[in-house]
Amino acid sequence: MNVSYKWLSQYIDLSGYTGQELAEKMTRGGIEIDVVESRNKGVTGVVVGYVKSKEKHPDADKLNVCKVDVGTGEELQIVCGAKNVDAGQHVPVAVIGAVLPGDFKIKRAKLRGVESQGMICSAKELGLNDKLLPKEQQEGILVLPATLKIGTPITDVLGLDDEVLELDLTPNRSDCLSMLGVAYEIGALTGREVKLPDHTVNHAAVRADGLVKVSISAPEQCSHYSARYIKGVKIGPSPLWLQNRLIAAGVRPINNVVDVTNFVMLEYGQPLHAFDADRIPGGRIDVRLAKPGETLVTLDDQERKLEPHMLVITNGSEPIALAGVMGGASTEVSGETVNILLESAKFDGGTVRKTSRQLGLRSESSIRFEKEVDPARVIPALDRAASLIAELAEGLAAEGIVEASTGSVQPLKVEVSLDKINGYLGTELSKLEVQTIFGRLHFEYELADKGVFTVNVPTRRGDITRAVDLIEEVARLHGYDEIPTTLIHGDVVPGSLTKPQAIRRELRKRLSDAGLNEVVSYSFTGPAKTQLFPALAKDTKPVRLAMPMSEDRSVLRTTLIAQLLETAAYNRNRKNESAALFEIGSVFHTDEEQLTRLPHEKHRFAALLTGNRSEAQWNTKAAAVDFYDAKGILETVFSVLGLTSIVSYEAAQPEHFHPGRTAAVMIDTPKGREAIGYVGQLHPALQLELDLADTYVLEISLEPLYELATSDIEYKALPRYPAIQRDIAVVVDQEVAAAKLTGTAWSIAGELLESVRVFDVYTGEKLGAGKKSVAISLVYRHADRTLTDEEVTELHGKVVSQFEQSFAAELRK
Amino acid sequence: MKERLEGLRVEALQELQQVDSPQQLNDLRVKYLGKKGALTEILRGMGGLSAEERPVIGQVANDVRAAIESVIDEKQNAFQQAETNNRLLAETLDVTLPGKQLPTGAVHPLNKVAQEIEDIFIGLGYTIAEGPEVEEDYYNFEALNLPKNHPARDMQDSFYVTDEILMRTHTSPVQVRTMKAMKGKTPVKVICPGKVYRRDDDDATHSFQFNQIEGLVIGKNIRMSDLKGTLLQFVQQMFGAQAQIRLRPSFFPFTEPSAEVDVTCVQCGGGGCRMCKHTGWLEILGCGMVHPRVLEMGGYDPEEVSGFAFGMGVERIALLKYGIDDIRHFYTNDLRFLNQFARM
Repeated sequence: MNVSYKWLSQYIDLSGYTGQELAEKMTRGGIEIDVVESRNKGVTGVVVGYVKSKEKHPDADKLNVCKVDVGTGEELQIVCGAKNVDAGQHVPVAVIGAVLPGDFKIKRAKLRGVESQGMICSAKELGLNDKLLPKEQQEGILVLPATLKIGTPITDVLGLDDEVLELDLTPNRSDCLSMLGVAYEIGALTGREVKLPDHTVNHAAVRADGLVKVSISAPEQCSHYSARYIKGVKIGPSPLWLQNRLIAAGVRPINNVVDVTNFVMLEYGQPLHAFDADRIPGGRIDVRLAKPGETLVTLDDQERKLEPHMLVITNGSEPIALAGVMGGASTEVSGETVNILLESAKFDGGTVRKTSRQLGLRSESSIRFEKEVDPARVIPALDRAASLIAELAEGLAAEGIVEASTGSVQPLKVEVSLDKINGYLGTELSKLEVQTIFGRLHFEYELADKGVFTVNVPTRRGDITRAVDLIEEVARLHGYDEIPTTLIHGDVVPGSLTKPQAIRRELRKRLSDAGLNEVVSYSFTGPAKTQLFPALAKDTKPVRLAMPMSEDRSVLRTTLIAQLLETAAYNRNRKNESAALFEIGSVFHTDEEQLTRLPHEKHRFAALLTGNRSEAQWNTKAAAVDFYDAKGILETVFSVLGLTSIVSYEAAQPEHFHPGRTAAVMIDTPKGREAIGYVGQLHPALQLELDLADTYVLEISLEPLYELATSDIEYKALPRYPAIQRDIAVVVDQEVAAAKLTGTAWSIAGELLESVRVFDVYTGEKLGAGKKSVAISLVYRHADRTLTDEEVTELHGKVVSQFEQSFAAELRK
Repeated sequence: MKERLEGLRVEALQELQQVDSPQQLNDLRVKYLGKKGALTEILRGMGGLSAEERPVIGQVANDVRAAIESVIDEKQNAFQQAETNNRLLAETLDVTLPGKQLPTGAVHPLNKVAQEIEDIFIGLGYTIAEGPEVEEDYYNFEALNLPKNHPARDMQDSFYVTDEILMRTHTSPVQVRTMKAMKGKTPVKVICPGKVYRRDDDDATHSFQFNQIEGLVIGKNIRMSDLKGTLLQFVQQMFGAQAQIRLRPSFFPFTEPSAEVDVTCVQCGGGGCRMCKHTGWLEILGCGMVHPRVLEMGGYDPEEVSGFAFGMGVERIALLKYGIDDIRHFYTNDLRFLNQFARM
């Protein structure tokens, strides 16, 4: 809502406040003002002039030489290029020394040899927004009414000496979608009185109820419909003052009748519609829901397909307007219109909203109906418009209002006590202070014992329905700054993180300290990406948005790796070729084609390594990342979470992973061993497609870890007896996994074995094809005594012979 | 015998003067003082001495040994000193060459800021509540006093999955879930961080995905003045003790009264600058007293308890805190961006 300061001052005394000060006051009171703009975009020295004569320029076909009277006694010679300039016109003249918007200074000039002592201006040159100009003013110079006094400053004529406050209204304050509503608000803020406009109607002898018949067949969607019949209107342009008001409010002037309906809508917040009464047979109006298959050509000449939830105004048989949204072309007021039927009604907000949304038709009218108009203003607005049409278009209203309604609206009574107000806000307001605030709001109330107020809420404030709404009014008018700052009293509860939150924080810290960068990627992705790693999105269907912004952001991610690949590719394209990334976030899984319940949101941890682990420096070579870097990340994570002993890795070949360089991550749970994710190299074909160097990825579910992780550190006594270390190297088939050897060692040597570490793996011609040598270091220790060499030799011998038996291992000497 | 000993001293000391390598020095030590050395050789003749002579000769022998040893030690030290000096000379490094740094990665700035905010509220006795990002319309809107067709739903165009399921548009549904889980018990003191989604064309200040942190307190006699006090404590911890707050009346369907909260401009300290559009204030929060309808739907009796709620955008705080110019950086994850946050 754009509010002209000058217009507003018709309804309330604004003296003592500049536009800016008013804006500040309103903003602090809860009506935010985005900006205060001067209507004058930089015009000085432009006055009304009279074109006394026009002659062709001797040397230029398109130019005219005009003699202009600007009221100074001296006749000015002005060269003008506009096609529409003519003798006898009143026009805006920028005299020598005048300034136009854009800091354009008017100087004495010679145009093709002829002296020009100023410039005749178009509306646009005076800084008016041409989208808001009436059609006749969009081309050529601005021709002004002949009634204007010569020499009058143009800023007075066009009302440019004014400021416009742009209101950014919250949905509850639709009462301020009208000048009167804004005036009431300022009245509440300042304690000044509101002056209501005159809406007395002088009517003709003929009775309206003989000319118009109104009925409501959709009472739930329309609670009140009123109409006036106005005879003998003369359609023409509105007077300047009215055009200026509308332009200031951002509404384009059309003709006097339409302009009046718009003016009154802005004044009262009640949208009106004028029909050409002669095009409604019998003046028959019925308000009903549209029938299936019905259509209506609206004012913008579009044929609209109507649906049964849409409310229409009909002539008893066919729709002639979309209620509250837009009029129909067949009954449009035109230059030939003589008699009009003026509508003022209350349509249901939700119905209008749905219709306007569905048809993509949002108008000043629909915006107001959507937020529920004030039922108490339906009739005053109708009368106000009738009285203005009489004044400006010579139309005379028939006697009486023809209306249909489904019951009258009574102001709501809401109770609130002084104690409740102070208890809720933490203030110590007196009864008198609250009385003053209600008084300023023009809220009538009864005050009972114990400070209980019973407030009759005016219908214009439909947002106030409960005690807290009144408390808010008190708070904002008392001033939020005046509310003290206190601390909560009562029980103190200790704050803390839950275990999953603590785990995620710990992981973030460890991983970033280890040189990985955390990323946060979009939860929306393309359908193909959700299919990329089926092993990580088992038995799930993608969750699809009903109306995505684009196809590549149309479904919810099912894995994190797919998103990390996007980030890696993005960075590669910016020459960040080495990356160590991780993400902790949710993926979305469901087995439903169409959701009937929420999808499973699974917390995942994923990482991606590509390029070099470390770059070449003067003393070290660059080292490319490998599988064991990725696996090492997981091992570190499990170690930090105290889970190392229940995690194992098994070779696996999930889709889009390198078949020989990928492991399933297994965890032993009370229910058995389960895979919680994968670690491995990206399949070379996919790497090629994404133009990535060798890339290693991992992704695991966090939920099992939340449950199994142990955060209690339990101290173990340091060993008191010496350990004995034995290193061996065995030659085995390539296929024998290292974990089989170490696992065997553990199972044979049991408690006396303290650690097993693979310290070398070697393949070479000497060993023969398909063979490898694995060097293992075993450390034996007894907790309570010193092991003897013989004991260890015997035990170690068993381990070795088990290697020989189970894996045909040969001991390397 | 005494003469032989004295002669040995002179000979040994003379020879030691000529020594120019540790090897030679060692050879001489063996030659004179070793088990089969010259001194031992002479002392073998001690057996033939009388009881009177023995101590005298013994004394002389000791003196001679001490004298030779002392010179050898001296020489030894000199050689070691020289060797150390040579070694130090040879070992000089270019200390300006770079060292081997420990790796440094970064927690994402959004999480870094979120954790900081969480920690402040944990310190004030709050716990952290979480909920699903895909939500039921009921929790996201209806239970927050936003029935279907409510005009305020325009404020936040949403991504629906079905008519009843959507991407949450704020973390407020977590407040509803928390209230329901508490089954009418007080006090409730939670903050709810998380991702939210709103239909918005991405530009420098808008992103269809962003993060919020909301807070909810419910108890007996919770007042709006408590809300102001809490927020003041928060901004002073977040932005420094000089930070002040200013509340402006506003509207949210789930709170009443509602307010927008401005904080003293972090750039100019309130004097007015470009960042705060010369007002001295920056808008960072929305808040209010929990609407009685919301309390009712959450299972509380608004006649018995009251509460307040507040919410802020993590991106907004991070943009202000680090002076970042474009919200899209948070989601494109350029390493050159991310790595700037690998520090205190």
